[in-house]
Amino acid sequence: MEFLATGFFEEYIVPKFNYWIYVILMMIGLFAMITKNNLIKKLIGMAIFQTAIILFYVSIGVKAESGIPILGHEQHYAIVEEGQPSSEVIKKDKFANPLPHVLMLTAIVVGVSTLGLALAISQRIYRSFDTLEEDEILDQLRPGGHD
Amino acid sequence: MIEESFLPLITWMVSLLAVPAILLLRRNPNARETSTFVAAFAKLGLVAAMVPMVLDGRVLRFSFGEILPGIPLEFRVDGLGILFALVASSLWILTTLYAVGYMRGLKEHDQTRFFACFAVSISATIGVAFAGNLFTLYLFYEMLSLSTYPLVTHHGDKEARSGGRTYLSHLLGTSVAFVLPAMIYCWVRSGGDMSFTDGGFLAGKIGAGDGLIVLLAFTLGFAKSGLMPFHSWLPNAMVAPTPVSALLHAVAVVKVGVFCVIRVFTGVFGTDFLGELDVATTVSWIAAFTVITSSLIALSQDNLKRRLAFSTIGQLGYIILGVSLLSPLGVTGSILHIAMHAFGKITLFFCAGAIYVAMHKKYVSELVGIGRKMPITMTAFAIGSLSVIGLPVTGGLVSKWYLVMGTAESGQIALLVVFLISSILNACYFLPIVYRAFLCRPEESLYDGDRQEAPLACLVPLCITAALSVFSFFNPNLFLKLAGLITGVQY
Amino acid sequence: MTEHYTVLILLMPLFGALVTTLLGRERQNACWLTALICMATSSLFAIGNIGRILASGSGELRYRMGGWQESRGYEVGIELRVDMLAALVVAMVVLVGFVNMIFSKTRVAGEMKDKVSFFYTLKQLLIVGLCGIVMTNDAFNLYVLIEITSLTSYALIAMGNRRAALSSFNYVIMGTIGASFYLLGVGYLYIKTGTLNIDDISLRMQHQYGEPSLMIAFALIMLGIWIKMAFFPLHGWLPNAYSYAPSMVGSFMAPLMTKVMVYVMLRVMLWLFEGEYVYSGRLVWGELIVWMAIIAIVAGSFLALACTDIKKMLTYLIVAEVGYMVGGAWLADGAGITGSMYHILSDAAMTFCLFLAASIVILRTGDHRLTAFTGLFRRMPLTMTGFTIGALSMVGLPPTCGFFSKWYLISGGIDVGHWSYVAALLFSSLVNAVIFFRIIERAYLGKLEEVGNESLPLDADGGPPMTLDRVPYSMLLSLLIASGSVLLVGIYNETLVGWLKAAIPSL
Repeated sequence: MEFLATGFFEEYIVPKFNYWIYVILMMIGLFAMITKNNLIKKLIGMAIFQTAIILFYVSIGVKAESGIPILGHEQHYAIVEEGQPSSEVIKKDKFANPLPHVLMLTAIVVGVSTLGLALAISQRIYRSFDTLEEDEILDQLRPGGHD
Repeated sequence: MIEESFLPLITWMVSLLAVPAILLLRRNPNARETSTFVAAFAKLGLVAAMVPMVLDGRVLRFSFGEILPGIPLEFRVDGLGILFALVASSLWILTTLYAVGYMRGLKEHDQTRFFACFAVSISATIGVAFAGNLFTLYLFYEMLSLSTYPLVTHHGDKEARSGGRTYLSHLLGTSVAFVLPAMIYCWVRSGGDMSFTDGGFLAGKIGAGDGLIVLLAFTLGFAKSGLMPFHSWLPNAMVAPTPVSALLHAVAVVKVGVFCVIRVFTGVFGTDFLGELDVATTVSWIAAFTVITSSLIALSQDNLKRRLAFSTIGQLGYIILGVSLLSPLGVTGSILHIAMHAFGKITLFFCAGAIYVAMHKKYVSELVGIGRKMPITMTAFAIGSLSVIGLPVTGGLVSKWYLVMGTAESGQIALLVVFLISSILNACYFLPIVYRAFLCRPEESLYDGDRQEAPLACLVPLCITAALSVFSFFNPNLFLKLAGLITGVQY
Repeated sequence: MTEHYTVLILLMPLFGALVTTLLGRERQNACWLTALICMATSSLFAIGNIGRILASGSGELRYRMGGWQESRGYEVGIELRVDMLAALVVAMVVLVGFVNMIFSKTRVAGEMKDKVSFFYTLKQLLIVGLCGIVMTNDAFNLYVLIEITSLTSYALIAMGNRRAALSSFNYVIMGTIGASFYLLGVGYLYIKTGTLNIDDISLRMQHQYGEPSLMIAFALIMLGIWIKMAFFPLHGWLPNAYSYAPSMVGSFMAPLMTKVMVYVMLRVMLWLFEGEYVYSGRLVWGELIVWMAIIAIVAGSFLALACTDIKKMLTYLIVAEVGYMVGGAWLADGAGITGSMYHILSDAAMTFCLFLAASIVILRTGDHRLTAFTGLFRRMPLTMTGFTIGALSMVGLPPTCGFFSKWYLISGGIDVGHWSYVAALLFSSLVNAVIFFRIIERAYLGKLEEVGNESLPLDADGGPPMTLDRVPYSMLLSLLIASGSVLLVGIYNETLVGWLKAAIPSL
């Protein structure tokens, strides 16, 4: 049972806590999508699932002691050649990696559209079947055959 | 020498060109039939024109172009191919004439579809005959299966349906399950070339274990050759109208099957290579089993066409047995038997159909005394029987002779015994029919005395084919020479 | 102008989608015409692109969106990369879309009622998404386009009856899981390599092959793609989604979507991760995947055999066909990969042909079941001929394309010595023969009166009651083109395979 000694916690859990969080969130979302009966709950699970991944991406852009990747008005910058000293050089270590943020903006948009579309479909299902519980819907469909 | 020529293409296309004509002329039966005859005569003429060229040693080639890497879709007309084509095209004319008489005599439905499918089937048969490589062979083999399906299920009733089902399931199932992987295996092993070559293109490239499996895959996969256990499509296909049975059993389908097997033996493996590998004896025993068993089953059949069907299975077994002997005489005998059996069997089927058209009788037990009523038909039947049994003065004797000599040459005396036993069995199920038709006492006869033959269009073909059976006894040289081009023996 | 062909293929349907939305409710006929013209021009550009690739020396075309070149060694823009495989698949997508547009001329108004313009918009956006997936060279852009494609397909399927809406919902759930796994995998790759451009990623991965995170990334990406292509046992969404979808929708989604996903899998395997990584012993489960493919083939065939509904049956056959392609790709053999690529094209053609024919029959007789085909050879000979050609291709008879793709796949199996895969392919051919022969025999020999086919029942496909006295010429024309393509793709297989072989990086 040595792995329960403090070494394990400091080596595997703390530095990688973002991985643990996203895995747990993903599993929650997956669980909801698969096991829940109510269609809206499934959608919530889907939203949690997608959010977990978004959180993951954003978390990998973090650097130690860095700020948000936005240039203020007072900061001037110029494009300098490699190796040329300049007082206006932006130190990349001061800013978190902006690329994952950009990518996740897109992913959030995709997630929102998917959720919106799924909700519209759920509305349609509700209007046709009068219920949002999956087992009741399947019951309605079973004896009827084709419709 | 191989030379490029358009003749194979034109010969193949002639009957395909007849199809639109047949379809367009559906309202005018005589014009429609004329177009079929025109195509048939044209085809026979073209084939006959090619015969002297082939006898000279030239191989005519036409290529459509490469379809798979290294494999063109091509025709290559050599001795074996032209022999088969000659048999097929000459008998097509006769079968068409017979079909006209039969279909009109029975006022059958859907005659346009019938003749159109006929034409496509003949095209497919010529395609197989002229095929220059395994792929082309396979393509036309499948085309034949598909185009004969409407012919087999012509009547459209329940029996036709189940007969058609057995037909396609056996033929397509075996070709897809066995021939296709075997063919691709050959392609992979031979490095991309699949043309039939004189020594076999697989020679020296595969071992004995693989060789046996591939050989068996081909032999059983070409189920049109009627080897057991995939033979049951043949008797079940007897639900078809008799011209179709004549086509199936003499001209097109079954001969295509044995033709493909002969090609595999001579062009894919090569008889010498097979001798080295020593794998052909398995095929011999399967064929021997088929011969004996089918003859025994034929004895028990009362339905005339079914009896003829089982007889055909046995005769096809002869051909495969002959080629599996791997000796030049045996191979010659089997190639000859393609022609001789064709002439004999088609006569028998024509007679069966004529009896049905004239008297509406299908069963052997009903044929007592019919000889006085339909003497011409029954005489032809007698000649056909003699040919199939292998008695003089018919062509069947010539091919049987070579087959027997082949067993002696290759030292397989057990198979010689098989041939003799089956000849006796053949006599047992054919001669009684003839005997009882002609030589029964007047009070046993089921028929009164006036002659009532089938329509002329049915009679003429069966007389011609019976005559051909006799003629080929006296003049087998053409066939011998063509066979010699494959076996390498000079006649 | 010609250097913009690559992006114009994408832009024409996008433009068309905008126009059809604007045309809106008022001008429904104009919607069809706009969509048709856009698809036609897109097709011309796609074919022109093939010509350009053949003419160029390197065998590939690159296009940078917005002209953003790389800056100091870093890829900052999104690049489109079209080699012969991509060009052929794009051409296939656009041509299927075009022919389907012809097919949908008469029926959309009846099925979609007042949503006609939205149908055309969504359809064109779907084509944009598919083309983008094929052509993009950026891993994240691929995710976005996969989602565009998926979203439009969810919406299109949900346009049907209430069963379709439910199936679409299930598709949403499963599809999102799949796309999210893909995204996660790309995230791992980004952590490891710092770039999103596919060529760049593969370059930077090369010295890191032993890393477990790369293996996880590969596994996640594969899992995501397999869900999207309905690889057994992740296929659960496919049968319902495609069979209950409206016929105008199902007939072009079924041939395209799963095949494009197979293309993505090949792209990931051969270009992103490189053959060296995928086929070396590192991935111990490479052999296992071929066995999974075999199970997919066998299961798909059995499930299809058990169906009584024609469209469901065809969708289970798609599951089996996906098994062919995955198995072929993972055989680690040149012929297998080529066969897999060629099968993308050939399966699209034959599935398209079969779906068109089945849709015509369903629309005419109003019956989904296999019994609808009784006696149809007399009533609808042209439709049945088209169906028969598609069926022969599924069974694998020459000269249809199905035969040639089986040829390459079987020869790949023989090369490697994977006899079970060969046996599975042959088994599937035989089962297909049984399945289709049943239908064709019933159509050929059955009597029309047995199922009341002389009168025409109503309410086909959940739309308003419609009887078709005769099949519209537009539908027959599209079926003719589809069956012709089945034969052409077969006869010209050597040219196509030659082009495809040239596109594979050396193994």
